[in-house]
Amino acid sequence: MQPTHAADAPHPVEHPHPTAGVYIRVAVILTILTVIEVGVFYVPTFHPVLAPVLLSLSAIKFAIVVMFYMHLKMDSKFFTLLFGGPLLLAAVVMLGLLFLFGVLTLGR
Amino acid sequence: MSHAAPPTHYTSMGLDSRKMGFWAFIGSECLLFGSLISTYLVYQGRSVSGPTPAQILNIPVTSISTFDLLMSSLWMVLALAAVQRGDMKWAKVWLLGVAIGGTIFLGFQFYEFSSFVREGLTMQANLFGATFFILTGTHGAHVTVGVLWMLTLWVRALQGKLGPQHAMTVEIAGLYWHFVDVIWIVIFTLVYLLHK
Repeated sequence: MQPTHAADAPHPVEHPHPTAGVYIRVAVILTILTVIEVGVFYVPTFHPVLAPVLLSLSAIKFAIVVMFYMHLKMDSKFFTLLFGGPLLLAAVVMLGLLFLFGVLTLGR
Repeated sequence: MSHAAPPTHYTSMGLDSRKMGFWAFIGSECLLFGSLISTYLVYQGRSVSGPTPAQILNIPVTSISTFDLLMSSLWMVLALAAVQRGDMKWAKVWLLGVAIGGTIFLGFQFYEFSSFVREGLTMQANLFGATFFILTGTHGAHVTVGVLWMLTLWVRALQGKLGPQHAMTVEIAGLYWHFVDVIWIVIFTLVYLLHK
């Protein structure tokens, strides 16, 4: 008699990964964004908007690595939840502490 | 001769249980680094004595080490792709490349830390020193673990104990390495480029 659990065993869910060409293109984009980051840092014209520009570039780089190199774009959405949940919690706690200690303020 | 892959356990959703567990671990690491980055930002600009970040941080040197870490992430995914297609010759090359890239990053960090100490910035010097060394030191410790992990995989590949059937083992090591990279992306921006 066959083991009864065999039929109930979950089927593995496989997701194809990007090709080496995609990985290299991603690396080129990351390098360009890093060069822009450092360039913006040294150009005085950008200093009034330094924080939003650098934070945006950093967020884009972060998202690109997570989506393509860590394969969250192709993988199960459950992995996105496992990573995104604690990441969101960490961001909320960080913002809370920054407001609590007066590093960030609303309005003025 | 390649050794047999470890038995794979799938969750009820058909996901590899090792990969799911590792994503949960990475989630917990987000909270660890979130707390360290928060502490750094809360105390930023509150040191009553120098050296201050503007006086001491070396942006050109750190930019090079940042580029090195980004490239090591590329080599990591190329190593994984090579293992998946059974091209163990290139897998060995890329895995060793990742380990060397990580070691170069650690070399830059050692140079940075030792030059800071020579210039009077220690953990006891001021709030900047305490929070900076804790944050970047914790990241450096993670890179060290990653380098040892990559060397272990490389040695296993040299011994013929790593093959396409172990692709998930390499993918999980890659997840760790890329996480270390994304944390550095955040640290580089918040600590080095947006310093007060």
